[in-house]
Amino acid sequence: MSFTSTIGVGGEAAARSIEAQLKRGGGDTTGRIFKLLLQLSLVVSVGVLVVLFVDVFATGTSVFTTRAESFLSSGIRTSADAAGVFQAIRGTLWIGVFTVVLAFPIGIAAAVYLEEYATKGRLTNFIDLNIRNLAGVPSIVYGILGLTLFVQRFEGFTGGRTLMAAGITLAILVLPIVIITSAEAVRAVPNSLREAGYGVGATRWEVTRTQVLPYALPGIITGTVLALARSIGEAAPLLLCGAVTGLLPGRQGLIDPSQLTERFTALPIVIADWARTPREGFDEIAAAAIIVTLAIVLAMNTLAIALRNRFEKKRN
Amino acid sequence: MAPDINLTEPAIVDESVDVTPETPGAASGPVPEVVFEVSDLSVYYGDFRAVRDVNIAVHKHEITAFIGPSGCGKTTVLRCFNRMNDLIDIARVEGNVSYHGVDLYDREVNPVEVRRRIGMVFQKPNPFPKSIYDNVAYGPKIAGVKANMDDVVEKALRGAGLWDEVKSRLKASGMGLSGGQQQRLCIARAIATEPEVLLMDEPCSSLDPIATARIEDLMQEIKDKYTIVIVTHNMQQAARVSDRTAFFTTEVNAESDTRTGLLVEVGSTDTMFSNPGDERTENYVTGRFG
Repeated sequence: MSFTSTIGVGGEAAARSIEAQLKRGGGDTTGRIFKLLLQLSLVVSVGVLVVLFVDVFATGTSVFTTRAESFLSSGIRTSADAAGVFQAIRGTLWIGVFTVVLAFPIGIAAAVYLEEYATKGRLTNFIDLNIRNLAGVPSIVYGILGLTLFVQRFEGFTGGRTLMAAGITLAILVLPIVIITSAEAVRAVPNSLREAGYGVGATRWEVTRTQVLPYALPGIITGTVLALARSIGEAAPLLLCGAVTGLLPGRQGLIDPSQLTERFTALPIVIADWARTPREGFDEIAAAAIIVTLAIVLAMNTLAIALRNRFEKKRN
Repeated sequence: MAPDINLTEPAIVDESVDVTPETPGAASGPVPEVVFEVSDLSVYYGDFRAVRDVNIAVHKHEITAFIGPSGCGKTTVLRCFNRMNDLIDIARVEGNVSYHGVDLYDREVNPVEVRRRIGMVFQKPNPFPKSIYDNVAYGPKIAGVKANMDDVVEKALRGAGLWDEVKSRLKASGMGLSGGQQQRLCIARAIATEPEVLLMDEPCSSLDPIATARIEDLMQEIKDKYTIVIVTHNMQQAARVSDRTAFFTTEVNAESDTRTGLLVEVGSTDTMFSNPGDERTENYVTGRFG
């Protein structure tokens, strides 16, 4: 067979064979099943959330349509028609303040020390592991810590079963989360940036302050606000620290610091309390209190995302 | 050693300082002023010995190139010259690196002062995520320079051959420049603190040939003012720009299957490329390995 005839005759046959090969198999069945499973997982997660939202809003919206102002400004009452979440919002906001003032600076500083200053070795690995374990400790255990330490041992300072004891306890509860997320944000700072700083004669402090922290800030903010959301959603430690579930006498006023050494309540507490009260109207105000809590968390997350975007834009 | 020499003051240099043994045929004439004198330098990462027994002198206002195959410790040695290895917890230095007769690893030497006098340009352009102006002003600012910052920035940018390209957008981000411009910005940032030495760690490895040529031209322009040590993978680059060349290679440690770098020889670039003293150098520069 000559060379040219190979091309002429074999050419058509070869083309058909290539076509057959390219078109065989009919597609990727396993891949399609896998994709379907992934979609199903997403639908389940979102579905649960939607059911929860619909249920809560269906039950609670009536409270806002009939008496939004009185619900937000009244304290705890024995009658569902008169009860409100004012004291609970106040307690929750103060707990948030404690988290921001105590857990954020201490946690971020600890993270910066671990990542930027400490010499990596067995000790830092041990500490790192333990911080991760602390983040997984059930919150009721922190409640016991708060009870023995801040309610009883330091009663002279905190005043016992007060907002201050609870605030400090929850700040300590979220401290490991703040450290872990901040440390991860600091670790994500490219090393070339540090080298650039050191290379022109910056000290460790200058590199940390002017390069590492600004770069890590968006990540730190995201993590810390998640920690904040966690702290204002906790109920169990508050019960041990003396949160009031029944009537709470005392002054009004949202930002009166003298509240710190008074008895207190918080949104998760009143939600739990109302939800298990079998009388008429309490299901509705429990759902309404959930809506208030969701609104606060949503507002904080929105703020965090806005801050993160702003600093990210500044960074680039 | 004289550890009491203030690293912020111009050092007094002993002109009679001895130069390490040279390859035969190296430049004759007046004895050049020695900036760095390295003797018996070994660097360890934990237990692993990355480089061993390096002896080399770096001369003032010359460009010294470090060449050699990957993993031969060129960069590791370079980073001993401004104590950048301090940043790696497990790195340990043995032997002596002296700068104008001062032991850089003396306990009383402040690495921050060292790095102000011995600037560095890195392999990948790494401008700060700040404006062009702030990138250049960063070093002088933290050093507490009192001079008019606008003048300092302009001088450094002119020195790095970048002024005309960026003078209209000094407030724009340094990250928005092209790769070659970013690297020249990093050079401007390094020379803004008016160092005596510039260490360049493969400064052109991520740049295209045109940007590379610009950096090489720039090095020739500024070598009258700075002493330059450049690590390069590119033998042609070493041959083009450097006055002296040091060739490093690796040896395999039989029992641990690791590689330790070592300095084979150092000499004038002409000699190193035309008539090297060591067979390994000749094999490398003629492209037989590496």
